[in-house]
Amino acid sequence: MNENAKKHICNYLEKGVRYDGRKLTDFREVVIETGVSGSAEGSARVKIGGTEVIAGVKMAVEKPYPDTPNEGVLMVGVELLPLSSPEFESGPPNIKAIELARVVDRGIRESKSFDNKKLCIVEGEKVWAVMIDICTINDEGGLLDCSGLAAIAAIQDARFPKYEDGVVDYKTKTDKGLPMSKIPIPVTVIKIGNNFIVDPISDEEKVIDARLTVTSIENGSICALQKGGDSALSLDDVKTMVEIGLEKAKELRKHLKVK
Amino acid sequence: MYKKRFDGRDWDETRPIEAKVGIIKRANGSAMFKIGDTIAYASVFGPRELYPRFLQNPERGLLRCNYNMMPFSGSGDRVRPGPNRRSKEISMVTQKALLPVLNLEAYPNAVVDVFIEFPQTDAGSRCAGICAASLALADAGISMKDLVAAVAVGKVDDKIVVDLNYNEEAYDHVEGGVEGAPVADIPLAIVPSTGEISLLQMDGEISKEELFEAIEAGKKSSKKIAEVLRKALKDKFTGDTNE
Repeated sequence: MNENAKKHICNYLEKGVRYDGRKLTDFREVVIETGVSGSAEGSARVKIGGTEVIAGVKMAVEKPYPDTPNEGVLMVGVELLPLSSPEFESGPPNIKAIELARVVDRGIRESKSFDNKKLCIVEGEKVWAVMIDICTINDEGGLLDCSGLAAIAAIQDARFPKYEDGVVDYKTKTDKGLPMSKIPIPVTVIKIGNNFIVDPISDEEKVIDARLTVTSIENGSICALQKGGDSALSLDDVKTMVEIGLEKAKELRKHLKVK
Repeated sequence: MYKKRFDGRDWDETRPIEAKVGIIKRANGSAMFKIGDTIAYASVFGPRELYPRFLQNPERGLLRCNYNMMPFSGSGDRVRPGPNRRSKEISMVTQKALLPVLNLEAYPNAVVDVFIEFPQTDAGSRCAGICAASLALADAGISMKDLVAAVAVGKVDDKIVVDLNYNEEAYDHVEGGVEGAPVADIPLAIVPSTGEISLLQMDGEISKEELFEAIEAGKKSSKKIAEVLRKALKDKFTGDTNE
């Protein structure tokens, strides 16, 4: 994307209008559907405008880490499938996929919304490992916020499989859900020139100066932050971006089913 | 004895099928193919420039297929992301199954990439993947002579069956302490207009006569599947079901 394209987008933003007609801090339409994969213990499809991801939760019984013998294991992975964009290639996760997965993971982990101790079966020997995989279906920008929502929706949808005599019966689901007490939602606020926007489309993503992902829980507390982009931010910028992030998280939260 | 199919189907009846094209907007062509509880998504990119350059062929384009299960799509444990021996082999036979219908000489030096993904599986995934891929190729406007319809056939106990599901594939019958013959599983891909076979694999145990009978049954089914595929393509352009 060249300088002219950036100028073009900036000119629009100065007038308070987006490339696609939205206001600066409008999200595209959000659609959440759960139970989209019968093979997974929990799953969800989230569409934000044209961007679409599927998240699935798999559970297994494993040995705990030696330093946390009475805690379960949580893992978040993101697959930027080459099926979803001409820009994604096959191969091991690249830095974009790794960052996405780690930011989503941190939001869930650091909000302590997940009671890992409840995932313990036999201390030091057997715990539940909860693996959340997010697969992109169509990338039209804003993958991070979409992935964050999908992970949460899939966790809410998840039910433990039957576990008896040391064997997991994946065909039989119990009605017990995952121990999730808080709901962390990431919102990525983007700075282009002097303007702040949310939910970028691909063209806007290519010309960003800086971005800040603000993950927050119901009571407005922030549980994870991640700054990206090549430019630095002033404290005032950060203040503005956090305000927008918190405000927008409230909106996105409404799309999730209330527990 | 296997007297009645687990899900009550006729011996030559496939599971319910749904097909839809144009589901992934960033791709040049895309499709969803669902058969029973197996769901395949396919997207096509290209013809586009082929790198590394030494793979380029001035006579014809390259078809590159990639079969991949999403980590949560298996019926048991999580599938580790990334290619493995199984997915690499299936990618290769998928490519061979599609090649006979493509006019790749129209795309010198270029590549047509096909990516096939599964959010959930219940046996028959390579065949579902081939159906989705052939639809996505047509949706992308790639020059081709026909679609490819694929279905698994096989023998469970002494019955020739079409479109085995997971329970049938895993059927393990013991009668009077004697183990029954292993289930034969035969993935097939057929070019509907000529009846040619472009994918044929098999594992299990089956006699020569039964094999031919099974292939005949597969051919019949593939005609029906081809109709569903064609309808899905037409629907996109007549707007019957899309949006």
